[in-house]
Order: sequence, then C-alpha cells, then structure tokens
Amino acid sequence: MTTAALSTNQLAPGQAAWRRFRRHRLALAGALIILLLILGSAFGPYLLPFDDTYIDIMKRFAPPLSGAHILGTDELGRDVLARLMMGARVSLSIGFVAMVIAMAVGIAVGAFAGFYGGVVGAVLMRLVDAMLCFPTIFLLLALAALIEPGFVTTTVLIAATAWMWVARVVEAQVRSLREREFAVAALAFGSSNLRIMFRELVPNAIAPIVVAATLNVAKAILLESYLSYLGYGIQPPAASLGNMLNNAQIYLTSAPWLAIAPGLAITLAVTSFNFLGDGLRDALDPRMNIP
Amino acid sequence: MARYVANRLAQAIMLLVIVSAIGFAILHLAPGGPLSQFAASAQMTQEDLDRVTRQLGLDRSLPIQYLDWFGRMLRGDWGRSYRDGEAVLAVISSHLGATLELMATATIIAVLLGCWIGVLGALRRYSLFDSLATVGAMIALSIPTFWFGLVTIYVFSVKLGWLPAGNRQTVGDGSLLDLLHHLIAPALVLALVETAMWGRFMRSSMLEVINQDYIRTARAKGMPEWRILTVHALRNALLPMITVAGLQFPTLLGGALVAETVFTWPGMGRLFLDSIGYRDYPVVMGILMFSAIMVLIGSLLADILYAVVDPRIRVG
Repeated sequence: MTTAALSTNQLAPGQAAWRRFRRHRLALAGALIILLLILGSAFGPYLLPFDDTYIDIMKRFAPPLSGAHILGTDELGRDVLARLMMGARVSLSIGFVAMVIAMAVGIAVGAFAGFYGGVVGAVLMRLVDAMLCFPTIFLLLALAALIEPGFVTTTVLIAATAWMWVARVVEAQVRSLREREFAVAALAFGSSNLRIMFRELVPNAIAPIVVAATLNVAKAILLESYLSYLGYGIQPPAASLGNMLNNAQIYLTSAPWLAIAPGLAITLAVTSFNFLGDGLRDALDPRMNIP
Repeated sequence: MARYVANRLAQAIMLLVIVSAIGFAILHLAPGGPLSQFAASAQMTQEDLDRVTRQLGLDRSLPIQYLDWFGRMLRGDWGRSYRDGEAVLAVISSHLGATLELMATATIIAVLLGCWIGVLGALRRYSLFDSLATVGAMIALSIPTFWFGLVTIYVFSVKLGWLPAGNRQTVGDGSLLDLLHHLIAPALVLALVETAMWGRFMRSSMLEVINQDYIRTARAKGMPEWRILTVHALRNALLPMITVAGLQFPTLLGGALVAETVFTWPGMGRLFLDSIGYRDYPVVMGILMFSAIMVLIGSLLADILYAVVDPRIRVG
C-alpha cells in the first residue's frame, strides 16, 4: 500500500506535465502528424508500385489523380508520391541527425561554459555570439559551396549552424544550477567536474533541452529545404523535400502540382515540430511546477 | 550613459575580431584554400602556383596572413572579384540598395501589421482573434519562404496576372509605379515571417505592460481607456521592440536572400548565390563578412537606442 502511494507521488510531476501536454491539442496533433510522416516515409515507398527514381519519359507531367499516379508525375515522368515519400525520409532523417549533432555540440559547449564560467565561459560564449552574427542561410551556403554536397555534409553543415542557440540555453541553465545545493553536495562527495556537469546539472536542465531539441528538428528540416532548393544540399536523382522544389519554379505555369505537394509536406512537418515544441514548453516549464 | 556606450562598443569590437577570425578560417577551409581558383585552371603549372602563392603572401604563417587580411579589411580593401576584377566592396555596394529597399519595405509592413496583431491579441487574450493569430504566426514561421514565394507567383502572377513574377522593374520602364508594382510581392513574402515574429513579441510585451501597477493607477484615476492604452501601455510596450528589431536583423537578411532568389531581385542575396555559382570566393566571403558586420552594427545600435529611451538599462 505504502509503496503504491509513494510511487504515485513520485510520478506526479510527470503526470502533471502529461496532463498539461494533453490539453495542448495542437501539440497532440503535431505529434500525431509527425508519427504519420515517419511511418509514411518509412513504409510508404514499399506500398507503391513505382520507384522514386524510375524515369518514364512517355508519362511526363501527368497531373494528379490521373490513372495510377495519385500525385501525378514530374518532368521526367517520375511518380511524385514516391519521390515525396523518399524525400520526406531524407529530410526527416537530416532533421533528426542534425538535431542530435547540434544538441551534442550545444550541450557540451553550454555545459563547459556555464560550469567553468570565467575566461573559459566568456571565450566560448563570445564564440557563440560571433557565430550568431552570421545570418544562418549565408553561412550555410558559403560553407556548402566549399565542399562536396551530399547527405552527410548537408547534415553536418546544418548542425554546425544550429548548435549555438542550444549552447545559450544550456549555459544559462547550468550556470544557475551550479550554485544549487545538490550540485554543491555532489562536489562535497568528491564527484569529478565532468560527472557533476553531465550526471547532475545537464539532466536537471532536461526540460528546456527537450524543447530546444524539438524546435531544432523543425529548424533543420527548414534549412535542408532551403539548401536543397538552392541546389547545394541533397543532389538529384535522390529526392529530398527541398530539391523536389528545385525545378518547380520553371514548370509553375504548366505543372503547379510539382510545387504544391513538397511545399505542403515541408510546411506540415515543420509546423508539427514547432507545435510539439510549443506544447512541450508549456508542459515541462519548470516554473509551472512550483505550486 | 557614456560608460555604457563605451562598454558596449568594446564588446562589439571584440565580436568583430572573432567574426573576422571565423570568416578567415572559412576562407582557408576551402579545398586548396584561396588558391583553388588558380589550381583549377589547366594552364597553371606548379611553378606558377608557387609564384602566385608567394605573390599573395600565402607562404607566410597563418597568424601573419590573418593580421594582414584583417588590416586590409579595415582599410576597405576587400579584394577583387574573380569574375570581372571589380573591387569586392564596390560590387557589394552596387547591389545593397535593392536589398535595403526590400528589407525596409518588409519591415514597415511587418512592424505595422505585427504590432496591431500583437496589441489586439494581448487586449483580447484567449479570444478567437488571439487564438487564430497565435496559430497563424506558428504556421507563418514554419512555411519555407521560397515556397511561399512560389505560391505567391503562381496565384498573383500566373493565375490572376496582377503582379510581375520577378525582377525590380520592367525593362525600359523605370517609373515609381512600376518599381512599386514589382516590390509588392517580394516585400509581402519577406514580411510574412517578420510579421509573425513582431506579433508574438508585441503580444507578450503588451501583456507584461497592461498588468503593471501604473496602468491600474491610471484606470483608478478615471483616465479614459484609449488614453491609458496609447499614452501609458503602448508607449512602454513598444520599447522592448527595439531589441526585437536588433535580434530579428539576421533573420531578415537571410529571408531577403531567399526572397531575392525566387523573385530574381537584383540585390545582395542574388549576388551571393550567383557568386557561389561562379566560385567567386572573394565576393562570397565579402558578402558573408559584410552581412555579419551589418548584424553586429544593427544589434549595437539597437542596444544603444534602447539605453537612450529606457534609463533602467544603463544602470543595470
């Protein structure tokens, strides 16, 4: 009996957060759409009779809902739905992987800067400030122009231009948590600095980190679409949601569906992650946990 | 006040040094470094390359090269374009006007519309208007700018034929009306994200102000509601927006690049992309540094202006 009562008590903050999150209907819808997008891009291609790179010159520019091609075909007669699913697979993967890299770098830099403070912290955070002076797209394009475009380079570049905000968030959290009793206690017990940083301080800042991670995925998907649209990201024949729009402007008059489907998919994915992040912020905001 | 400005100025100069170091590092990250353009041409022999290396001073140590490069940047010598041999700063400044025109128009639209939406949203918190504005802002922030541009072109140029599909003016027609006609679509597309940001910040700023004691006091004095809103609330709620303007500047500049691409607007963003296509590294690096310096100056001005209008900042 007592154990059960205790465990409910321990679950209470999580349950409260879940209850707040559930009230945020748009965040729930966002989570659902993300799930559908992941499932669709993971398994969808196997359900279609068309390959995303199969060229059928006889069936160029087939409009949507004409025959077997639900979303029509593009300028090379490739099935738009198949490309959309493969493109979403690439774009979502880049979004997640870039987020993981950006979070790792951002958390490491933020934790070190916030924990040590002083000269180390000042130097690291001024580096963050300086990086943020460059408009993201300019920096991304300048770097992309210097190296061979591809999945790995695109992902790394997006992460390289997205970790700074994470570092700022983590630095502020760690700097204030450092002075709290549990951190001082850990120090008194003889824990190493690294252990205090990554086993005590960072886990206690998990709420803003989760929110930042979610918003980071949205940002990464958006940046991938910009980069690939401008021709410096994922290269054809591979599809990404961005590079599907690469040629769409030329065929805007004759084949507008080529522009509509990928653009809607990007907007849907980015909006969902943004709403999810917003809902998580409301649900996890530590200020609301204080009764 | 003087001490605050001096302090802030020193910070900006330090940032400029770091920014320039990052720019220099990127320049040397290029495969083959600054020599890549020469190395790519088949007529160059190894001896030629060595000679160019010495001429450009690339055989010196990196710190010396950096100091030399930084010194020349300060003197306004930003190198020459590979494409036509023109000075980089001259190339940039010839494209700057078009970009500033686009950015200024978009900002005016965004500030007026965003502040109106934000104030109304704060006054009628949780109303239907407020909810729609919040959701709308979130979607506006999620739409890729270039795709919104494509949709705008499709609807207003291809289908309705109301607006030109691109460029700054019709060839042979340089009238003000023609210029404005071309400006509408790219400015509105660029303003979308900005309006959403301004609306959100204005809403939270206004919410903070209207719950202050002095607003309650003004109300208790029997001051008419419109006077409370305009004289007391709005004036104070607008102050933090100066900081928002500074913070928004990089996003605005990046958005201008994308809008210029879609609408073939002959500005700095368009020049940047063309230069990347030509591997014209001096211009690419020049624009990268130029935009970073613009951002740096923008945030410096925003901070100083904020300190001028809000004395609390200077002390803290």
